[in-house]
Order: sequence, then C-alpha cells, then structure tokens
Amino acid sequence: MKSLLAKLRLYGSLIKSLQTGLLLGTGLAGYMSASCPITHWTTLLGLIGSLFLAISGSTILNMWYDRDIDSQMDRTRKRPLAAGKINPLVALQLGLVLSLVGVAWAVSINVLYGLIVFAGLFFDVVVYTIWLKRRTCWSILWGGISGGMPILAGRALSTGGLDWVGIVLSLAVLFWIPTHIMTFSMKYHEDYKAAGVPTFPSSYGFSLTRAAVAISSIVAALSMGIAAYGIGMTWGYLRMLVVLSAGLLTLAVSSLMKPSERVNFGLFKYASLYMLTSMLLMVMYGA
Amino acid sequence: MGPKMSALDRILLLATGVLAAFQIIVGIDNLSALPIWAYTTAFGILLLAGILLIIIGFDVLDSPAVVVVSTLIPLSLSLGLVWEHIPAWQVPYLIFVAIGFLAVAFSRAIPIPGKLSTFVLALVHGIAGLVIFLLPLGLVIQGKVPAGFALVGVGGALIGLGGLLLAFLKAGRPVLSREKILTVLPGLLLLMTAAFVGGFAFI
Repeated sequence: MKSLLAKLRLYGSLIKSLQTGLLLGTGLAGYMSASCPITHWTTLLGLIGSLFLAISGSTILNMWYDRDIDSQMDRTRKRPLAAGKINPLVALQLGLVLSLVGVAWAVSINVLYGLIVFAGLFFDVVVYTIWLKRRTCWSILWGGISGGMPILAGRALSTGGLDWVGIVLSLAVLFWIPTHIMTFSMKYHEDYKAAGVPTFPSSYGFSLTRAAVAISSIVAALSMGIAAYGIGMTWGYLRMLVVLSAGLLTLAVSSLMKPSERVNFGLFKYASLYMLTSMLLMVMYGA
Repeated sequence: MGPKMSALDRILLLATGVLAAFQIIVGIDNLSALPIWAYTTAFGILLLAGILLIIIGFDVLDSPAVVVVSTLIPLSLSLGLVWEHIPAWQVPYLIFVAIGFLAVAFSRAIPIPGKLSTFVLALVHGIAGLVIFLLPLGLVIQGKVPAGFALVGVGGALIGLGGLLLAFLKAGRPVLSREKILTVLPGLLLLMTAAFVGGFAFI
C-alpha cells in the first residue's frame, strides 16, 4: 500500500497539478460564463474529465520530451523523468493514452469542443515543445495560444459555437502567459541559459523583456475586462476586475521602472493569482 | 528586512482581502458614481495590500510608494462619506482630497529638508481620519442613519491609528518599533476592514 501511494505520488508529479488546475479552471470558467445555472451536469463532468485528461496528457508528453533539458536545470533536475525515477517509455505511453482518451472523450461530447481541445494539445506538444521551444524565444506565443484553448473550448461547449467573447477570453489568457512565463524566465535566466533554451531575456535582454511583460499585462487586463463586459457581468464584478487589473498593471510598471528580484517574483505570483481570481469571478457570477 | 510572516498573519490578511472583495462586489451598489469609485479605490487598495503582503511579505512596505498609496485609503473613504452625507462640502472636500494627495505625493518624490513632508502627511491623514471617525458618529447621533453605521467610525479610528503608525515609520520617525507595528498590522487591517464592511451594511 505504501509503495503504491509512493508510486502514485511520483506519477502524480508528472501532471504539474497547479498548472493543470489553473488551465482546467479557465476551461470551467469559459463553460460557466454562458451556461449557468448549470442544467447539464453530465456535460459539465465530461468537460472537467476530458480537459483534465488532455491537459495532463500533454503535460506528461512535454515532460517526457524535455527530460534532457530538465536534467540540466537546477530548478527541474529533481523532476521524476529528469532524475531517472520513471521509465521514459512508460511516461510516453501514459502521456499518449491520457491525451488520446481526453481528446476522444471531448469529441464524443461535442465535435467543435473536441477539435479545440485537440488544437490546444497539438499546439502545446508539437508546435511549442517539439518544434519551437529549443529554436526561438517566440515559441512562447504558441505556448500562449495553446494555453488559451481550454477557455475557448469551455465557452464553445456552452454556446455551441465560436463567439467573440470566447476569442477575447482566450486572448486574455494568451497575453497573460508572457507575464507568467517571462517573469519566470528572468528569475531562472541562468538555468535556461545552461540548458540552451532561448528565452526573451537571453535573446533581447531584461529591459525589453520587462517592457514586453508590461505591454502584455495591459493587453491581458483589457481583454479580460472586455470579455467580462461581453459576458454581461454586473458592475460589482467589473469593479473587482478593475481593481485586480490595476494591481497587475502596477506591478508590471514597477518592474519596468524599478526592476528588482522582489518585484519580479511578486509579479509572477500575482499574475497567477490574477488569472485564478478572474476565472473564479466568472464562475461566481455565472453561479 | 521585516519579521517573517506567520501562518496566522496570512490568514488574517486573506480574510481582509475577502472582506474587501465582498465590499467591492456587492457592498457599495445603489450609490452615486463618485462614492462608488471612492469606496472601490479604498477597498481595492486594502485588497491589493492584503494580496501583496501575502505574496511578497512585509518587505513590500519598504517601497517608497507605500506612504503615497496608503494615503489614498482614508482620503477616498472620507470623500465617499462626505459626498454622500454632506452635499454642501462635496466640492471643497474634493479639492482638499486632490490637493492633499498631490502634496503627499510631491513631498515624497522631492527631497524636502526639515519636517515639512512629515507635517503634510500627518495633516492629510489626520483630517481624513477625523472625517471618517466623526462623520458616521455625528450622523448616528442625529438619527440620520442606523446605529450600526457607527462601526465605520470605529474603522476610521483604526485606520487613523494604523495609517499614522505606518506613515511615521516610513517617514523615519517611528512611534512604535517596526517589529511591533508589523506584529499588529495584519490584525489591525482585518479589524478595520471588518468595521467598515459591517458599518456600510447598515445603509
């Protein structure tokens, strides 16, 4: 029993629970932004299950492919695949099975929804991780597009099609991702450099990266506000979004004007909290 | 470096943030535009202060912007109260808020010799704090609002206390030691926010 639990914990760490949870949250928020109060519990459970499997599968496939560079970076060298604690072939099989089951389940619920989930997986694993991540720092754009797919998928499932609100919501996630990733790549600049992974700081310098973070934060906050207005959120929720966006912009501008490790770390953490809270607001409003 | 933040500190700050968020979302509807945005500013800063303290720790208080931004809490709260309850004072008080805020911001941005910057800070904080403390009490005594609204005055007293403690600490003339202030700060922020939220629930 003890060894089974240890094994589960080991394999569980392959899915990056926080990241998976956050992406799942965006998908849920996209769905609930148009389908509340919820009347189709089976569809909701299908959304949660299929998205969880597809996101987990793609995360495992990323970890499987990146295990060589993970083993060169201090931050990631203890990950189970990088540390050699898990057989790579088993991880590959697990990642493929979870991805396939997740996408198949998604298609069975709704074809458009399934296609968007598949697009997210494809952009993340093939375009971002395998093709571009080791070649150009602009790979982050494709990581962002892929990150915006769960919320678009959730929205498409609830409305039955693609609408401008869903696209703006996915744009909000797309432009939020540079804030999250670039602050991270500044913090672990040396790690990425050692592994030979091109990042914005290594390609364009810290100043330009901070400017890019500030601009993307502004666009993300604006997109979130426009989408929230499009959803029809009441003024109370919109005021709350304004406050949260003001915090994001203040930190981004502070990082630009007076750069420091502390502000950079604060921005990184706040950006995650911003996205989580924004999604929570949408869910709460819908409920 | 400040003292390490304890789990209790984080819980108190989280509760402060939740209360402030509640007030922003549902607590200030049915007012005119200016009070709504004034209260949103005040509770928004309280919410963001709670979040940033949790994320970054007490070190965030080292930022020179803290003095200026924290001044906005009593200024915007008092502006909202005056705008709602004393129509005759609306424009003069709005002018005081604008000038007071700019005076604090400039006195922090430009090095001024002597005690002028501390005096400006104490004056602006003091007047705004007294308005938040006395106005609700006066309205309750006159029977214009329910007795529970006096809680806003309690919040005003607490914000005056906390604001002045922090302001003088930042100005380099601490009334209490930094450690003592940081020990009571999360609890003070929660009590203050709870008093405001509780008080506003009566109108």
